[in-house]
Amino acid sequence: MTVTKADVPVTTASNEPAGESEPAGSARSERLSALIQQHGALAVLVIVSLVASFSFDSFATGDNVSNMATSSAFLAIVALGMTFVIITGGIDLSVGSLFALGGVLAAWGSRHGTLVALLLPLLVCGLIGVVNGLLVAKSRLAPFIVTLAAMLGARGLLLAVTDEGADTFLIGKGSVLAELGQGTTLGLGNPVWITLALFVAGAVVLRRTRFGQHVYAVGGNEDAAALMGAPVARTKILVYTLSGLLAGLAGALNAAWLASGVTILGNGMELEAISAVVIGGTLLTGGLGYVSGSLVGVLLLKVIQNVINQIGSLDSSYQQVVSGAFLAVVVIAQTWLGRRRQLM
Amino acid sequence: MAPPAEVLAVRGLSKTFPGVRALDDVDLTLHAGEVHALIGENGAGKSTLIKLLTGVYRPDAGEITFQGEKVSFATPLDAQKAGISTIYQEVNLIPLLSVARNLFLGREPRNRFGVLDVARMNREAEEILAGYGVHVDVRRPLRTLGVGAQQMVALARAVATDARIVIMDEPTSSLEPREVETLFTVIRRLRDAGIAVVYVSHRLDELYAVCSTVTVLRDGRRVHHGKLADLDRLSLVSTMLGRDLGEVREEGLTKFTGEHHAADSEPVLDAAGLTVPHKLHDVSLSIRPGEVVGLGGLLGSGRTETAKAISGALPVRSGRVTVAGTPLRGGSAPAAIRAGISLLPEDRKSEGIVPGLSVRENIALAVLPRLSRFGLVSEAKVDSVVDTFMKRLRIKASSPHQKVGELSGGNQQKVLLARWLAMNPKVLLLDEPTRGIDVGAKAEVQKLVDELAADGLGVLLISSDLEELIEGSDRVVVLKDGAVVGELTGDDVTEDKLMRTIAGDSQPVAKEVASDG
Amino acid sequence: MAEATLRTAPLDRTRVLQWLQTYGVYAGVAALLVVNIAITPHFLSAENFRTQAVQVAPVIIVALGMALVIGTEGVDLSVGAVMALAASVTALYLGYGLLPALLVVALFAAAVGLANGALVALVGVQPIVATLALMVGGRGIALVLLPQLKDLRNPSLASLGSGDIAGVPYLILIAAVLALLVAFVVRRTTFGRQLLAIGDSRPAAQLAGLPVRRVLILVYIASALLAAVAGVLATARLQASDPTSLGNLMELSAITAVVVGGTPLTGGRVNIAGTVAGAVLIQLLTATLIKHDLPPSWTQIAQAIVIVAAVYAARGRGKR
Repeated sequence: MTVTKADVPVTTASNEPAGESEPAGSARSERLSALIQQHGALAVLVIVSLVASFSFDSFATGDNVSNMATSSAFLAIVALGMTFVIITGGIDLSVGSLFALGGVLAAWGSRHGTLVALLLPLLVCGLIGVVNGLLVAKSRLAPFIVTLAAMLGARGLLLAVTDEGADTFLIGKGSVLAELGQGTTLGLGNPVWITLALFVAGAVVLRRTRFGQHVYAVGGNEDAAALMGAPVARTKILVYTLSGLLAGLAGALNAAWLASGVTILGNGMELEAISAVVIGGTLLTGGLGYVSGSLVGVLLLKVIQNVINQIGSLDSSYQQVVSGAFLAVVVIAQTWLGRRRQLM
Repeated sequence: MAPPAEVLAVRGLSKTFPGVRALDDVDLTLHAGEVHALIGENGAGKSTLIKLLTGVYRPDAGEITFQGEKVSFATPLDAQKAGISTIYQEVNLIPLLSVARNLFLGREPRNRFGVLDVARMNREAEEILAGYGVHVDVRRPLRTLGVGAQQMVALARAVATDARIVIMDEPTSSLEPREVETLFTVIRRLRDAGIAVVYVSHRLDELYAVCSTVTVLRDGRRVHHGKLADLDRLSLVSTMLGRDLGEVREEGLTKFTGEHHAADSEPVLDAAGLTVPHKLHDVSLSIRPGEVVGLGGLLGSGRTETAKAISGALPVRSGRVTVAGTPLRGGSAPAAIRAGISLLPEDRKSEGIVPGLSVRENIALAVLPRLSRFGLVSEAKVDSVVDTFMKRLRIKASSPHQKVGELSGGNQQKVLLARWLAMNPKVLLLDEPTRGIDVGAKAEVQKLVDELAADGLGVLLISSDLEELIEGSDRVVVLKDGAVVGELTGDDVTEDKLMRTIAGDSQPVAKEVASDG
Repeated sequence: MAEATLRTAPLDRTRVLQWLQTYGVYAGVAALLVVNIAITPHFLSAENFRTQAVQVAPVIIVALGMALVIGTEGVDLSVGAVMALAASVTALYLGYGLLPALLVVALFAAAVGLANGALVALVGVQPIVATLALMVGGRGIALVLLPQLKDLRNPSLASLGSGDIAGVPYLILIAAVLALLVAFVVRRTTFGRQLLAIGDSRPAAQLAGLPVRRVLILVYIASALLAAVAGVLATARLQASDPTSLGNLMELSAITAVVVGGTPLTGGRVNIAGTVAGAVLIQLLTATLIKHDLPPSWTQIAQAIVIVAAVYAARGRGKR
């Protein structure tokens, strides 16, 4: 017999509801900062895109948009996995290497059929993700160093498989794999559709499944989560595995798009992914995050890169400067807002 | 009407940690619908008992019978699933997650596709919380709620998981009076619904308002249990503190000489109107050079907070501290230290010693800038300072280079004292200076306090050891629930008077306390 | 209540791990030396010594700064980018002479260090993220300043990079001097002692009145300056400025050297000798594998395993 079904609700003497002991002003500012957190990147994206379409003739063309969309698809998939990891308060620095590894394995595997081409990267990269997760969750090692080591090890594995970078496996034209990577459906590249599907699935998993709740709980307050019954270790292992799987998948798709397993890819991709996730409104300290935000973050980075290319006179390295600055600004804002909230 | 069923029976529970017997042969019985107060000072064993009941620790001896069956919980989760829930002082939920999701974590309602039915979850959360007098938007993050409301969410979660026993650990320490009332109403409804409540608190008024039975722990043992109505406030306090009324105590059980000559001069420290939300309310006190001022009160009365506020370790919303006539600017620790205030914190392990560094480094830590030129440390000067204090305080270590983390508690405390004495402070704030150290070191520290006062230092002494407090202080300022409720001077500095002031009694009542052996 | 002393009898396994953590790196170096002397032709030649020395010198220098940062329980991922930045700036200002160019490099590096330190100490951002942002931005700035590899023809720079005293290259001498300097700072200065206290127990350091924020900012500036020196020296050796690839993965090597050398990630202790040995260990490992025609991929995998093993062995120690 629970108390809730019992009696008349208690009303307290004063008119204020017992729940809110905050003045209305700070509640409003809390809502405002939450709004900025979640949709700030989208607003910036829209503004920058609008400005760009007016400033550059070739920006808003169907071709350009389609190209931007397809080339951002791969980073987006990686960022999806990274979102889960960061929400648990961790970080995965190995995704760049796993991306490259996935591509090479897919290209190599394509000789043995599409199934092998897709399953091999998933298997290997997923396995590395499991190892990452185990070291973080069970051995309690710091995520950044575990995944840093994995980054190195995965790249080593990549070199070993490709005879020290000498081999570049090609994917046969007309194969299913190539079609997956290069074909279009309804005007947009297949990778774009795959990415969208994954993001929808990711959003559902994160917001609408028990596992998703556990991810937020572990990142928000690990001790409390354990006390509330959340399987902390299992959740952590799963997110690193997911990150590995998605990085491998992204690499495989990218290889399909390029029709070959290029070995020098993925350098710095982990930073791009982290930047995209953070810019998109996910807290680096964990506990709060949006899958949609990461997608927006990726697009924003891509648009900036495109704009810089359009300008032509500017070196493409400006994009890195801008990305770094963006990341710094967003992180400062996050930290500052977080501290203000604590003091309230 | 049938007597209420026994829901928990604890027999002979014991737990020992290296060097300390935290719980010694404790019994406890709970019936359905009973609101049971569990009280005791620091080190009494309350938190150990709770941790044993909730599966954080496993007992070394004794047994726990829950709802008629012997149980042994491997993890807190097991205890929760069995029906024992705990509400903690710091709300142990997920602050960034929404109220509804917190309430339902792990038990979220699902729709026919197998995914979370968010609409239903939100709706049910609203209904449940309304029953607790909480009307909020359940989609907002938990941390946007006031602490009282957050406690209610924690409580609602506990009840919703079919708890038969709800343990509340200092639930009201951050609540407004209005929220406390709401909590009590809910507790009464839990009682009516047959759920047993274990209420841990030091706030006497609350205990008498809502609890029916009481268990008092002291030094790991149960020293009293029974109906709360049978025990008046004063007897309760004296049982907690271990003093039987009317007993005359021999002087000289501590090493204090009992004679201080406080200069009849301006105070060396003057703290006025210190206020920290929920912790201190307008606390003022002053210390003259050569005077030892004791700060008395129960656990949670704000003693540590006062010391930290004075020394700049705790930011105050309002209040002013003056040292030797000069007001302290910028309430930070370095500013206070520069002005001559030194604090020996209560938690020496995490806020006092730097465990990985040597004795030498620890002693020299604060005074280092004075011992260096152009940033280069003068090892000779450091050696000299360290040597002086190791001798004077008789610090026992294999060498000054031994890691301070390896020393005994008493020696660690001495190292900390040395650190501050090396700064030549004007005011020394000592928070539980002899807690957890052996008898010999205790005596040495007490003697030292005497010497320092004789040298002209102003000393603030916080101690849960009544004897030490009374015999070491010239005056005692009494705190209760964060406010000053009295000051004892001259002949009034006795344990008796102290307990009365705390209990709020003004009349002597000589009642025998039925205590257990 | 009786107080138990905190000394507990160490179990054998713990003892072994502890010994490994402190001295393992020296054992590793010794083992590699022995193996190489035995089976690598021309290992003991002056030629080989030069080659190894000039390759390991920049890593040592960067690792020194990294050790200081890790001592405060932080990390500096921007060191590689600072090296690249140093290379770019050198190329741009070399026309004014070596010394002026070096001064400008120092300014740029100090700015990066200040930014890192301010983010960590004043704003409260996690070190990983703060230095990550500077890493991305820093390399970007380096590339904007100098988009392509540029050959440098400056006699002073050339002699810095290839010159020697009695057969010992300037590079390794500078590295040795810097190592001694940093060790001195850690042991004999107020700053060094305060750094260790802050890394070991920040609450205790704060209550003891230590200037925590100032020390943290200075530590990140020091790391950036050291990375800049390494960048200049590497550029001098190459006689070319290559911001695209200079310093790539250097942060990884530096962290490995520090961790393997016995400095815990949890802060509070800095082992300079161990850090130097750690850098030498990695260098020898790589060199051994290369000289015996073992594929570079093995080196990377080996390095990854070494990092994990070192961190795993260290996890019992230190606080928490």
